[in-house]
Amino acid sequence: MNGIADLGGRHGMGPIKFEENEPIFHAEWERRMFAMFILAFAGGHFNIDQFRYGMEQMAPAEYLTSDYYQHWMHSLEIWCRANGTFAEGEVERRMAELAKEAA
Amino acid sequence: MTTDHDHHHDHSHRSTDVSLRVKAIESLLVEKKLLDVEAVDKLIDLYEHKIGPRNGARVVAKAWTDPEYKARLLKDGTSAIAELGYSGVQGEDMVVLENTPDVHNMVVCTLCSCYPWPTLGLPPNWYKAAPYRSRAVIDPRGVLEEFGTAISSDVEVRVWDSNAELRYLVLPMRPAGTEGMSEEQLVELVTRDSMIGVGFPVQP
Repeated sequence: MNGIADLGGRHGMGPIKFEENEPIFHAEWERRMFAMFILAFAGGHFNIDQFRYGMEQMAPAEYLTSDYYQHWMHSLEIWCRANGTFAEGEVERRMAELAKEAA
Repeated sequence: MTTDHDHHHDHSHRSTDVSLRVKAIESLLVEKKLLDVEAVDKLIDLYEHKIGPRNGARVVAKAWTDPEYKARLLKDGTSAIAELGYSGVQGEDMVVLENTPDVHNMVVCTLCSCYPWPTLGLPPNWYKAAPYRSRAVIDPRGVLEEFGTAISSDVEVRVWDSNAELRYLVLPMRPAGTEGMSEEQLVELVTRDSMIGVGFPVQP
């Protein structure tokens, strides 16, 4: 399947963006997302092929413009919904609750 | 495989929402007893502070100073690397590519971000982003120039596309003038980029 993730040979993606002294993670949410993925993977929620397939389900424009760990988040959510861990809209409801608590 | 095809393209994870969204996911997984917060913290510490390109540098420096180790490394990368204690997730099957005066190797993952975690740690952003992934396979010399890495036109450039099962580590050439240096001193010369094949070791 020639999906958006199949980037080898595509043109027009621009120059490589280097970052001097790049940190391992760029934000706290990246740290948490990274570790959640590893633990969900280790816990058998999905295998590596399913995980990549989940990332490849992102809309092409979103795939290219989002931060890397957002790809992981997208896939984790897909599999958590597919296996019934998250009900439809459950993440959004929790986001609203957390936003309210923080306000 | 069941995924909600009708639904998932509707999600828009705008960056302003991402932090909150990740918090919500974590909080739900913890509440459902599917995630241990302490394990999350331990893993973050491990990959932020303990696993990184210094591991790979030790492999390279040993190969530079111990011909028998180098032979084992090129024959069976996974077990030779494990001799130094580096193994596990995203390094289960390792192939070591030796740079020579005639061949320069460089590594990419065009489909995603496959990278040898036990020896190099987590990849830099440029490795996971579209410009490098798209161009490394059609214009490797142009990409190398962008890194400031000049490869003579009479040297063959080989590009290796990683995948979920197989990971590569480049064994760069030992810099000239380092004959008197110890293995420990050589470790300091081995850069992350030289083990991806987009750079050279530090010339002392």
